[in-house]
Amino acid sequence: MLAHAIFFYFFSFVAIISAIMVTASKNTVHSVFFLILDFISISCLFIMIGAEFLGMIMLIVYVGAVAVLFLFVVMMLNVAQQKNQWFKSSETSTHIPVGLIVSLIIFFELIIVIGGWKYKPDIIKNFSDSLISNSTNTHTIGSVLYTEYIHLFQISGMILLVAMIGAIVLTFRKREGVKRQNYFSQISREKKQGVELVEVKSNEGIKIDV
Amino acid sequence: MEYLILLFSEIYKILYVLIPVLVSVAMIVWLDRRIWAFVQKRRGPNVVGPFGLFQTLADALKYIFKEIIIPASSNKIIFILAPIVTMTLALIAWAVIPFSEDYVLADINVGILYIFAISSLGVYGIIMGGWASNSKYPFLGSIRSAAQMVSYEVSIGVIIINVLLCVGSLNLSDIVLAQEKIWFVIPLFPMFVIFFISSLAETNRPPFDLPEAEAELVAGYQTEYSGMMYAMFWLGEYANILLMCALGSILFLGGWLAPIDTPLFEMVPPPVWLIFKILFLFVLFALIKAIVPRYRYDQLMRLGWKVFLPFSLIWVVLTSGYLLYFDLLPVY
Repeated sequence: MLAHAIFFYFFSFVAIISAIMVTASKNTVHSVFFLILDFISISCLFIMIGAEFLGMIMLIVYVGAVAVLFLFVVMMLNVAQQKNQWFKSSETSTHIPVGLIVSLIIFFELIIVIGGWKYKPDIIKNFSDSLISNSTNTHTIGSVLYTEYIHLFQISGMILLVAMIGAIVLTFRKREGVKRQNYFSQISREKKQGVELVEVKSNEGIKIDV
Repeated sequence: MEYLILLFSEIYKILYVLIPVLVSVAMIVWLDRRIWAFVQKRRGPNVVGPFGLFQTLADALKYIFKEIIIPASSNKIIFILAPIVTMTLALIAWAVIPFSEDYVLADINVGILYIFAISSLGVYGIIMGGWASNSKYPFLGSIRSAAQMVSYEVSIGVIIINVLLCVGSLNLSDIVLAQEKIWFVIPLFPMFVIFFISSLAETNRPPFDLPEAEAELVAGYQTEYSGMMYAMFWLGEYANILLMCALGSILFLGGWLAPIDTPLFEMVPPPVWLIFKILFLFVLFALIKAIVPRYRYDQLMRLGWKVFLPFSLIWVVLTSGYLLYFDLLPVY
């Protein structure tokens, strides 16, 4: 149990420190790297409580895909060096009040959720009725997700699909004068269309491509 | 005291896997260069040691004694971190590879997801190296590489789903044991081919080595690196290649299982079969490096997104439909 506790405190410490560093570091790319570190330590915590499937999915989805896109955007936008100090931003900025409001709302939501769980503990029981105790948690998640919550699951998939199509539609534009390759016409081209054998008379030359 | 004993036994087990992997990485670099040379009718490295076997060790020694140059305008911490990340990620994935039924470091339930997660983290070493170098060729190379690896990961993920449908477990040992009757390379042959090509792209091997296309980008994300840090990138790359070969042989070629269940083949210890299969796949990797010309970048992206992804998705539907119709779905 000692090793377990040590690892737990280690990962939680890293998670909290890196979460603070995400907002505190001046370099935006460093912030993203701290965010990645945060994700990794959170997924380690998931694994430590036995939710290995969630931990791995967290690594694959958030670290392997989402954070890569974050990193791309941050690198491309070239906002690497932020001039402003932390919480000492210029007069014109309005992002601190907005951020405070959002974080307050999230904080109260968390309190409601945790409080409700505390005072009504059997709320968990309804969920765990259908769980099979002696199988791995991958099987358990699958057996609940694809039976009881199949509609919610499908709806969330549809929402993601709509969001994806929306993003494609918004950013898609047809540019003029772009030469595109057509693989079919390229492959189905015959020798006759491409090569012509001509007799060239001496001292007269020949006109090609007329 | 108990903890100490546990610690030492674990370290012993880790070294028991790690040292063979590192040695075989060194040998595999030699094999790669040798095959490349033979295809081009050259001799390749043949001076140091018997058949030039110690060439890689000599190279490594050379790299160790070279000076590490850190560009003045680079982001120093991330610059140093990048090769370390690449190397570490390439090595820790070996923790779950089963060499035989009981010769596996960590027999975890979600082994295949672990490998998938670790290989998707591999992008970071390259992005960090390219960005921290603060130079245009490394940056372009790293962006190319990241886009390429992310794209091909998607199709690898879908291919893995195909295999998992037939197995019903995410554990790598279960995946191997499920192939006792028939290796998955036979029913899922198209998936094996796509997996192989995707793993070429995932490890930035030719013909998909655009991140380090020397004619365009000098050496891509490795341009600014020197000495031991370059060697770490290089070792990490080859360890990744070896890992992809191991994954391919576990998913499709039956891992440590012998081709036919006969007493003669049972005399060969199981890890040897896995090593044979890894070597077979690696020789294919090396041959492809020697004989296939490099792809253009848009062709690479087209192949990943418009050919491999739809095809493997259709194959998922086919596989699951087949399994459902003939009532072959594994039940746990």
